[in-house]
Amino acid sequence: MTVTLDVSPRPLSGWGRTAPTTAMVTRPIDAQSIEAALQTHATGVIARGLGRSYGDAAQCSGGLTVDVTGLDWIGTLDEDNGTIEVGAGVSLHDVMRAIIPAGWFVGVTPGTRYVSVGGAIAADVHGKNHHRDGSFANHVVEMTLATPTGTVHLAPDDAADLFWATAGGMGLTGVLVKATLRLLPIETSWILVDTERFTRLEDLMSTMEESDHRYRYSVAWLDCLGQRGGGHRSVLTRGDHAPTDALPARLRTRRREIPGDPKLRVPRSAPRHLVNRLSVRVLNEAWFRGSSSSVGSVRPLAGFFHPLDGIGSWNLLYGPDGFVQYQFAVSPERGEVVHQAVDAIAASGIPSFLAVLKRFGPGTPGPLSFAQEGWTLALDFPLGPPGLPGLLDHLDDVVADAGGRVYLAKDARLRPELLPVMYPKLDDMRAACRRVDPDGVLASDLSRRLGITP
Amino acid sequence: MNDAFGRPQSVVVLGGTSDIAHELLTRLVGGRCRSVVLAGRDRTALERTAEDLRASVSHVETVLFDADATDNADKTVVRCFECAGEPVDLVIVAVGELGHQEEDESDPGRIARMVTVNFSWPAVALSGVAAALRRQGHGRVVVLSSVAGYRVRRSNYLYGSAKAGLDGFALGLSEALRGTGVSLHVVRPGFVRTKMTAGRPAAPFAVGADRVASDIVRGLERGHTVIWSPGVLRWVFSGLRLLPQAAWRRLPG
Repeated sequence: MTVTLDVSPRPLSGWGRTAPTTAMVTRPIDAQSIEAALQTHATGVIARGLGRSYGDAAQCSGGLTVDVTGLDWIGTLDEDNGTIEVGAGVSLHDVMRAIIPAGWFVGVTPGTRYVSVGGAIAADVHGKNHHRDGSFANHVVEMTLATPTGTVHLAPDDAADLFWATAGGMGLTGVLVKATLRLLPIETSWILVDTERFTRLEDLMSTMEESDHRYRYSVAWLDCLGQRGGGHRSVLTRGDHAPTDALPARLRTRRREIPGDPKLRVPRSAPRHLVNRLSVRVLNEAWFRGSSSSVGSVRPLAGFFHPLDGIGSWNLLYGPDGFVQYQFAVSPERGEVVHQAVDAIAASGIPSFLAVLKRFGPGTPGPLSFAQEGWTLALDFPLGPPGLPGLLDHLDDVVADAGGRVYLAKDARLRPELLPVMYPKLDDMRAACRRVDPDGVLASDLSRRLGITP
Repeated sequence: MNDAFGRPQSVVVLGGTSDIAHELLTRLVGGRCRSVVLAGRDRTALERTAEDLRASVSHVETVLFDADATDNADKTVVRCFECAGEPVDLVIVAVGELGHQEEDESDPGRIARMVTVNFSWPAVALSGVAAALRRQGHGRVVVLSSVAGYRVRRSNYLYGSAKAGLDGFALGLSEALRGTGVSLHVVRPGFVRTKMTAGRPAAPFAVGADRVASDIVRGLERGHTVIWSPGVLRWVFSGLRLLPQAAWRRLPG
């Protein structure tokens, strides 16, 4: 059967809005059209979900981009096994709205609900529970992948090498069609949160090491601008799903409330330099003062997991030049790299609005899967400061020397020669790609820039 | 591919021995550049520049052409893109010849050559470059124009009029490229102390090739379609353009 593809050219960039390129875009609504897209002999084919990877992972200059958001169906919830089958283009937002009323939650949620399931697998995203529950792929029971050499069904213990090359593989093994997710039973959609404030980074890190295991969710926010006399302020928030009897009476009727759509939206015309040293200092001050230490406060799930989802297209706040995210992971013994990075950023005077520190549990076998046991620090920087490219290159060196790596779903500027250093199993990834894609059809701007698939 | 900071990995230079292009390359190769194709007429000079670059760029190739004949322009562009071996992120068009106005203006062969080298050849080449970059889906083009083309003078009207033609062509092409993922940037330097101007008296606001290169880098970062170097010339020439011809004629230099 021949399938005619509806394609149109479109400029595409990641969430950071840097380095846009133009490609043909097709939006298939069934598996046949995806298979047809992989046979078009375009100069490069890559899947794209909701465009929330920050850099150039879901675009393919001059090639064909397969927009999977048409595959947005949600199957029936299997309450006996605690699983659900969904199309690869469905957002975690829609999945949550479908399962929370029945008393289930996704195994892992990143900092935004507006990611597609396919994208969450391709980037093997992590959440605040990584130290306990691992990354997104650890909660995938089965998935269906369309490759240039045919469609395959993958499970962690069946066709395992291709499963793990796909988990975190940045779309370079094929286009995901659907997946079955293992869910977490919850009594309520509320979180019991403990908040602690610190003025010294070492106190924060030792507290996390000592007691993170007592919480399912844990994450810390850092003030990277630094204080007079040294030291970096931080706020540690940790929590667990609230059982029904922990809710105050007034919330019992709303115990499985579902997250809503954004109420605010950033206008297209947001000016340059809104995010600057002064605004970041003011926001950091407000955040620190606004988060008093507390125990057992009841917070809605959306506010706890996805604080930025309340503002539609918040990336526009960074102005027309966009921004870059930088996230690295190092082993538990190399916590000093976190100190070095924070000090280097403070010394540079370049403001980072969001600085988030977390402890990772053990990683997956995925050769390009990011999370590895230890510390991870995520930062974002508006484009513009002349010292920024050099600062990030310096951080790369520090991270690589410590045996760490940067997160490809956020990368837009890594030096290609550091890729095999940071991801020593890169050759396994390349071998898997050659097997399913011998002609090298699959490619993205990210894979070309870093030479992931030569 | 360009990275988030607009640092190219692959560059093609038409007019590969240009001092300005060379300065621009030395600023770019420190970033992420891994492939440079230099195209030009003078094999020895090209090889010398290529050797310089090989210290920091893994893949450097040279392509020979003479801008005297427009029928080789398209072929030259195709050859350069093949030699790059990967998508080309930046194309620098630095083809040009200053000539000697007084001797050239009465020599039909020289007049034809000045127009071809400074306008017709680059125009045909630019069309080929634009088509190739559009197929690629991204890329930036830097065209070296000149303030000499902004208002043409008696003392160098052969060079100036040809540059005026190129400047207009390039601006028109940059409009045509809007929304394609490809951008084109026109550079209007004033008097630049290079081997092309060696032995000639410097005009006011004269700068070195290094200054022009850093102005281009900044202009690219900010996405400017027209890049003046030094920047003050934008205002100087906006004024000069309004001078009555009688006053313009009497300006020294």
